[in-house]
Amino acid sequence: MLLRSRKRNDASEAFRNLDWPTVIIYLIMVIAGMISIYAACYNFDNASMLSADEFSGKQLRWIGLSLVLGFILLLVNARMYETYAYPIYVAVVILLAITPLIAHDIKGSRSWLSFGPMSLQPAEFAKFATALALAKLFSTYQFALNAKFSNYARALLIILLPIVLILAQNETGSALTFLSLFFVLYREGMSGLILFAALFAVVIFVVTIKFTDMMLLGMPTGEFAVMMMIMIVMTVMCFTYNSRRLDIARNVFLWFAGCTGLLFALAASGIDIPGLPATIGTIIVATAYIGIEAIRRHQRSLFAAMGTGLAAVVFMFSVNFAFDHLKPHQQMRVNVVLGIVEDLQAAGYNVNQSKIAIGSGGFFGKGFLNGTQTKLKYVPEQHTDFIFCTIGEEEGFIGSLTVTLLFLALILRIIKIGERQPTSFGRVYAYCVASYFIFHFCINIGMVIGLCPVIGIPLPFFSYGGSSLWGFTILLFILLRIDASRRNILAY
Amino acid sequence: MRKNYNLEKRKYIIGGFIVLIALIYLVRLFDLQINEVKYKKSADSNAFLKKTIYPSRGIIYDRNGELVVFNQPAYDVMLIPREVEPFDTLDFCTTLNITREQFDRRMADMKDKRINRGYSTYTPQRFMTALSSEDYGRLQEKLYRFPGFFIQKRILRQYNHSTAANVLGNIREVSADDIDRDDYYAPGDYTGDLGIEKSYEKYLRGIKGVEILMRDAHGRIQGRYEDGAFDVAPVPGRELRLSLDIKLQEYAESLMVGKRGAVVAIEPATGEILCMVSTPTYDPNSLVGRQRGENYRKLVNDPAWPLFDRALMAAYPPGSTFKPTQGLILLQENIIDLNTTYPCHGGYINGGLKVGCHAHGSPLPLKPALQTSCNAYFCWGFKAMIDRRSKYGSSAAAFEIWKNHLVSMGYGYRLGVDLPGESRGFIPNAKFYDKFYREGRWSANTIISVSIGQGEILSTPLQIANLSATIANRGWYITPHVVKQIADTVLPDGTAEKHYPTIESHYYAPVAEGMRMAVIGGTCRRAAIPGIEVCGKTGTAQNPHGKDHSAFMGFAPFENPQIAVAVYVENGGWGATFGVPIGSLVMEKYLKGQIAPERQYMEDQMLNTSIYYAPPVPKKK
Repeated sequence: MLLRSRKRNDASEAFRNLDWPTVIIYLIMVIAGMISIYAACYNFDNASMLSADEFSGKQLRWIGLSLVLGFILLLVNARMYETYAYPIYVAVVILLAITPLIAHDIKGSRSWLSFGPMSLQPAEFAKFATALALAKLFSTYQFALNAKFSNYARALLIILLPIVLILAQNETGSALTFLSLFFVLYREGMSGLILFAALFAVVIFVVTIKFTDMMLLGMPTGEFAVMMMIMIVMTVMCFTYNSRRLDIARNVFLWFAGCTGLLFALAASGIDIPGLPATIGTIIVATAYIGIEAIRRHQRSLFAAMGTGLAAVVFMFSVNFAFDHLKPHQQMRVNVVLGIVEDLQAAGYNVNQSKIAIGSGGFFGKGFLNGTQTKLKYVPEQHTDFIFCTIGEEEGFIGSLTVTLLFLALILRIIKIGERQPTSFGRVYAYCVASYFIFHFCINIGMVIGLCPVIGIPLPFFSYGGSSLWGFTILLFILLRIDASRRNILAY
Repeated sequence: MRKNYNLEKRKYIIGGFIVLIALIYLVRLFDLQINEVKYKKSADSNAFLKKTIYPSRGIIYDRNGELVVFNQPAYDVMLIPREVEPFDTLDFCTTLNITREQFDRRMADMKDKRINRGYSTYTPQRFMTALSSEDYGRLQEKLYRFPGFFIQKRILRQYNHSTAANVLGNIREVSADDIDRDDYYAPGDYTGDLGIEKSYEKYLRGIKGVEILMRDAHGRIQGRYEDGAFDVAPVPGRELRLSLDIKLQEYAESLMVGKRGAVVAIEPATGEILCMVSTPTYDPNSLVGRQRGENYRKLVNDPAWPLFDRALMAAYPPGSTFKPTQGLILLQENIIDLNTTYPCHGGYINGGLKVGCHAHGSPLPLKPALQTSCNAYFCWGFKAMIDRRSKYGSSAAAFEIWKNHLVSMGYGYRLGVDLPGESRGFIPNAKFYDKFYREGRWSANTIISVSIGQGEILSTPLQIANLSATIANRGWYITPHVVKQIADTVLPDGTAEKHYPTIESHYYAPVAEGMRMAVIGGTCRRAAIPGIEVCGKTGTAQNPHGKDHSAFMGFAPFENPQIAVAVYVENGGWGATFGVPIGSLVMEKYLKGQIAPERQYMEDQMLNTSIYYAPPVPKKK
């Protein structure tokens, strides 16, 4: 008797305390997604939106199954997710490991498992499993990321294992998704410097390789831009890492500005100067000065500014060195992925077409089913990775604004949910979910509007595909279930 | 639960980050969708017409620069379904020379998504392929009456010589499988089928170009999008230069008319294949254009298998052409030297076993044994090696060594010729016999027939020709190949690499001399060409398909050989009946350009003799 009432309590608690704003955003997104898929594949003689022959009809079936799945996930006791976090993770890792061995090769990727008429990508299910495992790790008694190095190692292991296994399936895009979990580590105490350094490294890498046509001060524009960025970053760091006192930062800034100005003046007066060695010399002198100040004032954190500057210069040179020593076809691949070479038959052409499609939408769009660019199949993968094109073309700026705001609202809501969790498990899990959404949102929309390299990952809830829809649904509904029990710590 | 408020503040950083990104994206979207006019213009123009420009396929020449395969234009009738307006169907049908029923069927096929997976009313669909230039001319004049239709120029192959179909291959429309495997292909594209068209497809096909045209709401072309900034010019396919001598190929094919089998000739010093005949064959021109489908079906259903390239796909018992390999192995393993003799009184008689032989002197050393093709000699030699437990420990160990020597000579595995579908042939290993006879229950006598190229041994005519080239080179070969040069690029690595079998080079000289003696006064006397020192070895292979196969392997001249050949005629009887004359005529034609008058009777005989092959017994239903 007691058992029964307790059980009913569990389930009813889940619905009483459900975070309805998230559920509503979710429902709006999946329905809007299905309608967009229908529009993306629309032909005049097409059957109805709900016909099983159309992608939209198939997506509807996936949505129906997702809702059932979400409902079941809400019925499960919240405690179960924590208890079974590691077993679930291990099971998924094993599944990932055997996938490339038994999967069929579909255009170079070995990531699809067929179950009769359905095909699923285990990589999508690795998302929630990894999130659970990471949350479980952080909920270990008195766990603190910075307490000892082995804690970092364990967290990194949990994140890197699926990355490696998914890379083996030749699904680079899905694998990179897991890197977003560094946001979680940051929230849980990882130094912001690491996050910043990683971001800075990516920027240096892209800028160095991308801008090599024009010369400025005797070096390629890309290298010049990197040098300028290093100088700015060092100046700012001299400020933040010196108890927010301006003096050192001011001196460094004046030194940089002066030297750069002098170099420009010399170049303008027609004197041929070796720009690269000169700027590097400038930076080295500045690092020496910062180092001396750091020792003199016992301000050890200033070494961060010094180290960042030197490391950035070294990194830039190693990027150049490594790139020059790649084989031509490998260089080509990097170039195409970064969108440097507009491979008009492949990636570059796609991005151009998707920009045309979105751009032609105007403010109000061409109207539902009236888009031409996407329907003419100029935009590739229009119902999967490039679904945002159809929205941009047919619903115009209003449509793309709405979708952007929906994602923003969802992500901020998840962060809010995360912060109100009483346990580390709930909080870390919520941040994992938020991180995945941040990554998918940034990369997918960024690539469609030509701001990011083309990395083939779907737009959550909008892109056609059962695996991705299920993967994100599971992520979200487990979060909702954990959140619904937040007041009931005892049940936890 | 202790809360770390310092860390909690980081939610603002993460939240701020995503708000910042969203803002950047919104600014960009605003810029793209509202500020930029370039894209509006494209919106006004409603749609682009993306026209594929097909590159010309690589031209193929023979070794002497003779044009072999080139392109002819063909035209496909295309339509964009949603732009088709009512038109005079009868007029359309008469223009294209088709009936109303054909028209209706084509339309239905085009719309059937099971047949035409990429069907869409918005995109160009292929209505009819490979229009003749007359039909094209007629249609072009009237095209304005059929809105929504247009003509796409395509390229078909044309062959200057009705020969070498097995080597050249042909082109066909891509299948759904091809499209799944290679992103380059789109429905309706052509790809190489069989022969070098298949194996050199990546070089021959070039790269498709694209032309982007802008159209107004009525579908009229308004010009090129952005002045062609996004157009891509097609890259023509690369020219190939074959090692084949197309005249020699034609000649060898004519000698093989009426017989089933293969002729392969190789230039020993380079591994270049000079001719590669498989008969029965067919006219490559029959697989071009619209009649391709029907002709192809006929070839597939032909009981003589004309599509089967016997030169490299057929695995035959090599018969006595295998004996030189045995001589080489026995010499290398020190089982015999040049003075070792074995007796032959009507054959090899040992342990209740008899392998028959014909009348010749006895006992014999190696060279005369090759000259007379003595079965007994090679059986004794094989037994001496396989049963020499003192040296090898067991018959199985000895047999493995024997097998490894053969593999090094190119038997039992694909040689790696640059043509698709090569067969491995078959050389058994000790395990094979262990399974068959149980371990330790077999010895030389159990498997004695392999020593004379019978029994389990199978090889392709190409492998036999390669052996001939190896002996001609006195101990090395270059992997046989049919493509000599690719324009503007180099042949793949390893094309010119010399392969050395595990036999020391100096053992090849006596084998070559034995083959020379066979022509001077042995089984290959009919191979003698006035003024040229020919070397040869006959083969008469027993087989389960009726009369013996007739085989020949040889090279010429003895010093500094220019050509090595292998001939294999199914059910041709003695090696000397068909193999020797055809092989020697091919060598003579190549070396001298003409046939000596006293040998022309032989040429006539070969040109005019057919072998009767019984039709296959129909399967019982």
